[in-house]
Amino acid sequence: MMTPRTLAGALAFAVLAVAAPFAPAWLVSLATVAFANGLVVLGLVILWRAGLVPFGQALFYATGAYTVALIGRYTGVHDVFVTLAAGAAAAGLVAFLTGFLLARYRDIFFAMLSLAMSMILYGVLVKTETLGSTDGFHVESGTFLGFAPAGALHDLAFYWLVLAVCALAALQVAIYFDSVAGMLGAPVRDNEIRVEFLGISVNRLIHLKLVIAGVLAGLGGALAALAVEHVDPSMSYWTTSGGFVFVTILAGAGSVAAAFVGSLVFELVRSIAVDLFPGEWQIALGTALLLTILLLPGGLGSLVGRLPRLKRKTGAA
Amino acid sequence: MSAILSVRDLEKTFGSIIAARDITLDIPPQQVVGVIGANGAGKTTFINMITGHLRPTKGSIQFEDRDITGKPSREITRLGISRSFQVAQIFPSLTVFENMCAAAAIARGTGGMLARALSPLRSPETLAEAEAAIELFRIGAYRDARSATLPHGVRKLLDIAMATVGTPRLLMLDEPTSGISIEEKFDVMDVVMSALKSRGVTVLFVEHDMEIVSRFAERVLAFYDGTVIADGAPAVALADARVQAFISGIRVVPPEAANA
Repeated sequence: MMTPRTLAGALAFAVLAVAAPFAPAWLVSLATVAFANGLVVLGLVILWRAGLVPFGQALFYATGAYTVALIGRYTGVHDVFVTLAAGAAAAGLVAFLTGFLLARYRDIFFAMLSLAMSMILYGVLVKTETLGSTDGFHVESGTFLGFAPAGALHDLAFYWLVLAVCALAALQVAIYFDSVAGMLGAPVRDNEIRVEFLGISVNRLIHLKLVIAGVLAGLGGALAALAVEHVDPSMSYWTTSGGFVFVTILAGAGSVAAAFVGSLVFELVRSIAVDLFPGEWQIALGTALLLTILLLPGGLGSLVGRLPRLKRKTGAA
Repeated sequence: MSAILSVRDLEKTFGSIIAARDITLDIPPQQVVGVIGANGAGKTTFINMITGHLRPTKGSIQFEDRDITGKPSREITRLGISRSFQVAQIFPSLTVFENMCAAAAIARGTGGMLARALSPLRSPETLAEAEAAIELFRIGAYRDARSATLPHGVRKLLDIAMATVGTPRLLMLDEPTSGISIEEKFDVMDVVMSALKSRGVTVLFVEHDMEIVSRFAERVLAFYDGTVIADGAPAVALADARVQAFISGIRVVPPEAANA
C-alpha cells in the first residue's frame, strides 16, 4: 500500500540518508541521537492521542539502553540487530507488566504513577555498584552482521541504521493509526463509557498502547546507548521523561513525521542555545516551546502534514 | 425460545436504598416496549442492570437463553444487547462519519481483543456499515461535521445509530427524545422506529411523553418505586389507576367515587 504519505515519508528518509556523508560530523551525530529519541516521542504521540501523558517513559528508554549495554558487557554480543531486538523486547516486557497497573489510571494519576515507576528504576540503578552506580558504564560500539567499521564510517553506518529503524517504525505506526485500536485514541480520550458499550475494553486498549509505546521507547534507548556508547542512570531520571513530553508538545500529535521533526528541532535548538548562551540555554529552549504553543497549537507537525480524517469513500477499494 | 429477554426477581440496592425490586418479566422477540415511570422509579437502574453497567444485588437475567447476570457491559454488547443513553454518548472530537466508523469497526471485529484492535479500520464492510447507518437515521447532512457542533436532536440520533451497528437483537433506548422539542419528538421517533423495525430489533425505550408511548409502544412497563406496577398493552397499562395517579399525572376520579 503505497499512499502519497508513505511515499513522501520514504523520500524524506532517503534524502536524510543520502545527505549524511556531505554533512558535518557533529550534525550527523546530533541527528543520530535526535532520531533515536524521536522513536520515544512517536510512542508518546500514540499515548497522547488517547489523552495519556506519561512522565515516566524514561523507564522503558533506560530499560532498552541498559539491556543493550549489559548484553555487550556480559555476553560479548555486539551485533546491533541482536542487541536492539533484545532492548526493545525487554522494554516491551516491562511495559506489559507495568501496564497491568498503569492501564487502570488516567490523567494526572497515570502521569504520576508512571513517573514513580521510572524513579524506582532510577533508584535501583543508582544504588547498584555492578551496574556502575551513578556513573553508569561504557557501551562498546556495535557491529553490523559481522561488519565492524571504525571511526567516521562507523558513525555513518550507525546513523543509517537509526534512519532505517525509524523508517520502519514510522511505517508500522502509520499502519497502526489506520487500525481500530489506532483510531480509537480520540474515542478513548472523549468517552470511555461509549467505547465500553460498543464492545471493547478501554483498559486493554490502553494496555496495548502502553506496550507499543514501551517497545518504541526501548528501541530509542537502545539506539541512544549505542550512539553515545555510554549508559548512566540519568536515562531513567524524570527530567529525561519530561524532555520527551516537552518534545511531544513541541512536535504535536498530528502526524507520525512530527515526532522526528520535533525531536530534530529540539536537539538543534538545544545545541545552538547551549553554544550561544552556555549558562542560560534553558531559557532559550523554554522560549521556543512557549512560541510553539502560542503560534502553532498543533505543534511543529502541523506544518508537515496531518493524519487524514476519515471522509466519504476514503480508501474504499 | 419464546422470550428474547427473561428477567427473574431482579433487585438492586445501594446500601439501604432499594433502587429496583421484584422485577420479573419476559420480552418476546421484536416487541417494542415502552418503559414509563417518574424520575427515580428505577427505569435507568433496570436498563443499567440488563446492559451490565450495574450488577444486580439479586435475581437473574437471561438473554436468548443465556445467563448474562453481572457480565461486563462490553461482553453483553457483543452478545447482542446494545443501548443508547439519556445524555447522548458520542465522541465529540470526531465527525459523524468517524463516530459511526469507530462504532462499526468495534462491532464488526471478530476473534480476540488483540485481533480486533489491530484489524484495519478502513475495511470496505466497516465503511459500508457506517454509510448505511447514517442513511438509515437520516443524518447524512451532518456526515462530515464534528459531532461536538451537532444540534441536540442529531446527537441523539447519532447515539442511537451507533448503538445499532453490529446487528444487536435487543436495543435499549434510555429516553431517546429527552431534550428534544415537542415538535421534533415525533419525527425523531419516526426515524428511529422505522430504522429499527427494518432491522427486526427488539426495542425497549424509556419515555416520559405518554403520547409517544401510546403511539410507538406495543407494550408498556410502568415503573414505580423500583418495581413494575403495570405491564400490558398501552391502552390497558396507561388506563391503570395507579399508573395515572403516579406516572402520567392524570388525575382520575376513583371508580367508587365516580359511581357515587
